[in-house]
Amino acid sequence: MSNNNFLLEIGLEEMPARFVTDAMNQLQNKLEEWMKEKRISFQSIEAFSTPRRLAVRINELAEKQDDITEEAKGPSKKIALDDNGEWTKAAIGFAKGQDEDLNALFFKELKGTEYVFANKDIKGKYTSELLLELEAIITNLSFPKNMRWGSYSLKYVRPIHWIVAIFGDKVIPFHITDVKSGRKTFGHRFLGTEVEIFDTNHYEEELLNQYVIVNPHKRKEAIRQQIDEIAEKENWSIPVDDGLLEEVNNLVEYPTAFYGSFDEEFLNIPDEVLITSMREHQRYFPVEDKSGKLLPYFIAVRNGNREYLDNVKKGNEKVLRARLSDAKFFYQEDQKLHPEEAAAKLDHIVFQEELGTIGDKIRRLKKIAPAFGQILGVEKNKHIDIERAAVLSKFDLVTLMVDEFSELQGIMGEKYALMAGENENVAAAIKEHYQPRYASDEAPSTITGAVLGLAEKLDTITACFGIGMIPTGSQDPYGLRRQAAGAAQILLEHDFSVRLEDLVNITIESLENSGILKRTSAEVKQDILSFFGLRLKNILSERSIRYDIADAVLEKTGEPVGLVVKKAEFLQTKLQDENFKDTVEALSRITNIAKKENNNENNVNTNLLAENQEKELYEAYLRLRQELPNQLAAAKVEEAFTLLEEIKPVIHHYFDHVMVMSEDEEIKENRLTQMSKLSSEIHRFANFQHIVFSS
Amino acid sequence: MNVQDMILTLQNFWSRQNCLIMQAYDVEKGAGTMNPMTFLRSIGPEPWNVAYVEPSRRPADGRYGENPNRLYQHHQFQVIMKPSPSNIQELYLKSLKELGIDPAEHDIRFVEDNWEAPTLSAWGLGWEVWLDGMEITQFTYFQQVGGIDANPVAVEITYGIERLASYIQDKENVFDLIWVDDFTYGDVFHQPEYEHSKYTFEVADHNMLFNEFNTYEKEAERAIAENLVFPAYDYVLKCSHVFNLLDAGGAISVTERTGYIGRVRNLARKCAAAYYEERERLDFPMLSKKGGETNEQ
Repeated sequence: MSNNNFLLEIGLEEMPARFVTDAMNQLQNKLEEWMKEKRISFQSIEAFSTPRRLAVRINELAEKQDDITEEAKGPSKKIALDDNGEWTKAAIGFAKGQDEDLNALFFKELKGTEYVFANKDIKGKYTSELLLELEAIITNLSFPKNMRWGSYSLKYVRPIHWIVAIFGDKVIPFHITDVKSGRKTFGHRFLGTEVEIFDTNHYEEELLNQYVIVNPHKRKEAIRQQIDEIAEKENWSIPVDDGLLEEVNNLVEYPTAFYGSFDEEFLNIPDEVLITSMREHQRYFPVEDKSGKLLPYFIAVRNGNREYLDNVKKGNEKVLRARLSDAKFFYQEDQKLHPEEAAAKLDHIVFQEELGTIGDKIRRLKKIAPAFGQILGVEKNKHIDIERAAVLSKFDLVTLMVDEFSELQGIMGEKYALMAGENENVAAAIKEHYQPRYASDEAPSTITGAVLGLAEKLDTITACFGIGMIPTGSQDPYGLRRQAAGAAQILLEHDFSVRLEDLVNITIESLENSGILKRTSAEVKQDILSFFGLRLKNILSERSIRYDIADAVLEKTGEPVGLVVKKAEFLQTKLQDENFKDTVEALSRITNIAKKENNNENNVNTNLLAENQEKELYEAYLRLRQELPNQLAAAKVEEAFTLLEEIKPVIHHYFDHVMVMSEDEEIKENRLTQMSKLSSEIHRFANFQHIVFSS
Repeated sequence: MNVQDMILTLQNFWSRQNCLIMQAYDVEKGAGTMNPMTFLRSIGPEPWNVAYVEPSRRPADGRYGENPNRLYQHHQFQVIMKPSPSNIQELYLKSLKELGIDPAEHDIRFVEDNWEAPTLSAWGLGWEVWLDGMEITQFTYFQQVGGIDANPVAVEITYGIERLASYIQDKENVFDLIWVDDFTYGDVFHQPEYEHSKYTFEVADHNMLFNEFNTYEKEAERAIAENLVFPAYDYVLKCSHVFNLLDAGGAISVTERTGYIGRVRNLARKCAAAYYEERERLDFPMLSKKGGETNEQ
């Protein structure tokens, strides 16, 4: 037992599964920070967790803090030395106070004044004494939700029941509430007993003997392996969802995976319903055959061993049977309701207190979705589908199935709509208009879904902005940031070359007509456009676009999203081109001079263009003005940039021969005007001044 | 084990843990939490241990006696211990053993579930307890009751009697449960299930109920003004039940709904505050009683 390990284990009533891993990492990080701050060296650190415990073992923790030498500052040199250069009383006093010889003192300059200094040796304290501070580290862990219990004032994730704190072979004594630290830990709630830890190297084994796999990675691997074994034996395919596995892992201390079955008749219920019921409500893994077809089996993970596993299997099958019977009933009942009748009930569901009901929202979507379709250049014959989809987009919210499984909104809508005889475009849009539902989700695949999805999202964003509900910091209750990112993703993936402003004008007008806006439409529009600017910046950064390039292309707001991304991606590749820097510098030079004077209102007086280079540049400007907007409108980014590259030699010529700041005031003004005009044209592509080159 | 024996077993068990065994409260309510033995008594510093069966009405869950799992009225076995004893989980597991459920032979989990009752301005943290995948109990550490911080904290254990019985008796349909001997759950409760559902969804006089709500609300306010907490609270319960009936019957529009919930919450908060003041004025007379201590280790 000759080790210097430090073991800390906090025993708790079952923590929420979603908090466990983060809490474990926090405990490890806080201890590492603490050791760094306290200058205590160690060899390695390991973290452990189960639903009932958080633990860290620091292997070979130093017995003492590192010794250090600190410089102690004394009086200034003027005061420390007398006129003869001898030590003064002040200096002698300082040396004495620091317990140093006078000849060990030295001088050092600090902000222009010389001071006397002494090197002070600080001996490290014993780690075992410092470890008494552990209490604060433990109680300072932060959790998304805390509680109080008994008569204690401590707020913590769940009540604490035991604390193991052993350094070397000694207990570090402290207490939290009435729980005293010691060496006693507890095994599995039903299979294990309490056990005292004497050798911290054997922590994992001691707990394993008590049916606790305390290492979360090993526990997770065990589950994965058990599932794989079942799959292999039964010739099944069992897709293991990482999120579900993580949750299940934090619900058990000693996992045993097993399979159960349900009646084949339930396979008539849509797969999504079965999967949701198994996964979300029961934390089961659904089972498929090798071709991906859902089978009437499920995998559950028991917190325990294989004993009495039949009981557990039977119980779980019974629960699932009751849930699926409900689902089957909902599915049959829902089909009796016509989508249109269902949609009529949406006037009874509040969207948001100040924004009225879902029914109100549907009436807005019915108008704006087809209007979006028109602007987005969608074929005329699809407009009827878009309008129909808008009317039916939320009808499934009043179905029994969605009432029970809210995550199936849209999905059930599509299925029920098809059964009621709606066409595929309409049905798909009902499902897809929620997409992308989360950050890595796909945009709607159909054009009807994309248009309705855009309308839905922009209506929500505009409505919330219209009543001043604008996301700030972590406050974004309606997920408007996600919705904006989703809208941008739709515009991008469907290559809709529309100015966001044109869409927002439609949603603003519709909300204004409904009397919902509480702010002026100009304010709302401005806020929404800059809100989207920020989202676009994120989108660019997700695509690994450098921030300076993002700034360069985002300076001009309200452009089609696809064009912005294309420009950014193009410029990013251009960074590899050795001529690029020279081009950027030439273009920036124009902007640089232009911005000194704000005389954009004037026109260039061609009569005043005396020098050839001036005329050349003017012609280049005229060409650019004519061709650049066309190329950009066609999203031909490379061709557009070539136009800019072509004027580079002209710019060089110009500056080689022409002084913008002429002594003749009239000529100077005219030249500045020319700079300004040209700069505006260049900015159609980007503000190149933002782009940074490492020297 | 039949339902009657389950109830007797739980009563005996919790009686041995120093719980007062009380009877259901005689005003309609949606959950055992609303019984003043829980709602009011969990407020303030006085220790309090109690257990009782509470028939709980959920008009919206009425299914005319046709659904095997959903009921207009179900039964909760409610335990309150204040302050929460440190071995409360172990006590609970022991009670399951007494019901014939040996945890070692099943899979029992404590799965995060946080409880909130907007009409009571109350919330707590805890778990739903899973028995082989089925939720059989709500386990909550009250953090706030009637808008007042719980101090000390009371723990509430709510067993769903029908759920538990359907597991113990291995029945798929609640109406097939054996209450005792040859009396089934259906014998006793099927007719009221059907009639209450029909009444709620088809017959109830909404005008009368709206009037009742207003009348009860006024009367609650009058009683509070006289510091008569318990009578006032009875009227809060009546308001709550009338609201549930109207809501289930689709008589309350969405915009009105929040308003009604707010009115009930407002009354509940007043009762909670008045109860605390009244106990304080009486010098918290039960402060010296034993609380949170149990006979079993």
